[in-house]
Amino acid sequence: MRVVIVDTECANLTSVRFAIERLGYSCTVTDDADAIRAAGRVILPGVGTAAAAMRNLQRKQLVDLLKSLEQPVLGICLGMQLMTSHSEEGDVECLGLIPSLTKRLEVGELPLPHMGWNTSVPTNNNPLLKSAEQYCYFVHSYAVAVDEYTIAEAEYGQRFASMIRHNNYFGAQFHPERSGKVGESILREFLEAKLC
Amino acid sequence: MLAKRVIPCLDVRDGQVVKGVKFRNHEVIGDIIPLARHYAESGADELVFYDITASSDGRTVDKSWVERVAKEINIPFTVAGGIRSVAQAQELLSKGADKLSINSPALLDPSLIDTLVAEFGQQCIVIGIDSFFNEETGTYEVHQFTGDEEKSRKSAWQTKDWLQEVIKRGAGEIVLNCMNQDGVRKGYDIEQLAALRDYCSVPIIASGGAGEIQHFVDVFNDAKVDGALAASVFHKNVFSIADVKSAMHNNGIVVRPIEP
Repeated sequence: MRVVIVDTECANLTSVRFAIERLGYSCTVTDDADAIRAAGRVILPGVGTAAAAMRNLQRKQLVDLLKSLEQPVLGICLGMQLMTSHSEEGDVECLGLIPSLTKRLEVGELPLPHMGWNTSVPTNNNPLLKSAEQYCYFVHSYAVAVDEYTIAEAEYGQRFASMIRHNNYFGAQFHPERSGKVGESILREFLEAKLC
Repeated sequence: MLAKRVIPCLDVRDGQVVKGVKFRNHEVIGDIIPLARHYAESGADELVFYDITASSDGRTVDKSWVERVAKEINIPFTVAGGIRSVAQAQELLSKGADKLSINSPALLDPSLIDTLVAEFGQQCIVIGIDSFFNEETGTYEVHQFTGDEEKSRKSAWQTKDWLQEVIKRGAGEIVLNCMNQDGVRKGYDIEQLAALRDYCSVPIIASGGAGEIQHFVDVFNDAKVDGALAASVFHKNVFSIADVKSAMHNNGIVVRPIEP
């Protein structure tokens, strides 16, 4: 099966690629529309800001392509936020693949970014994270609000969606590629389970 | 609940892990990759690699091992050492480093912080601060080029002011190396860390002084830090990460359990 990582020109592409390779799959980092369309699994990584990442996707003319995909797609961190309809970070319209909203974390006196290992609690229909609460590695200051598309929740000053899903589109706010064995298990399920 | 992080620190010189006392007299601990793998498997929440000679030699960190570490481990890691341009930062991130820690070059040109944050995002820009308590003046002073005893010297900054400056410029995390405590295993500088915690709106990592398991419990309970860095106690197997996490857990501190 061909795994493609969409080349968003963001910093964590390499660690995502290595994580896929550790699971025994080869994968390609590309912004080529045909390669993305032909892939068995597509990963949309991202760190940085929503506005910059959306600009990159628009410049590469990938927006309509990403909206038309039918195979399982996994957005990671900012990549998950890009899947939502709108982000407060820069007040930017996102891909709208999952009709959720990305908002600034309201954490009171707690330090921001939310950085480190926090528990993610799956809902009972989460095909990627099947066990009870698990520690995953987070780094972010914006988060997707909990709604009907939430398939796992976490808490840092407030509740937020740590994983979301709509049809073939999945998102993880944490970094599965850096979340130890829990992250490896999530990526393996994404690659191997029948998801849609 | 967000777990408190236990972070082994690997000082790298000429491609090997070394350890000094009070930043001096380095001895070789071992090779980078086996140590990184060992710590990742034994419960480390994150790793930090410092190329301790890079800034003061005017060269950048030898990068070949960064990609090998990224391939090998499944936890986040930070690279530090002489990063002073967008191009250098880009290269390290593209090899798989999760975060970059900037120290002396930020003191030489503070606008470097703004530039790197704008380019790569706040989440991957860590500022390392080497802070020395001057008993004569009663102040905390920021030092630079501490990797080389010939060139190590104090900067014009007091630690509290520099901390606020780097946060204003977008730093995503602070590693505070308390120099008076470094390598002497007498405990973290809780007084200093607790005082500076109030000025720090981003995560803060304690560094310097870990010698006993209780020191970790104390720094998390009394200084409210987000993580604690340690080197020699782990390198020399004085105790394990499992020992530390077990004591933290027994004292009501949230830890990520070690994966079986």
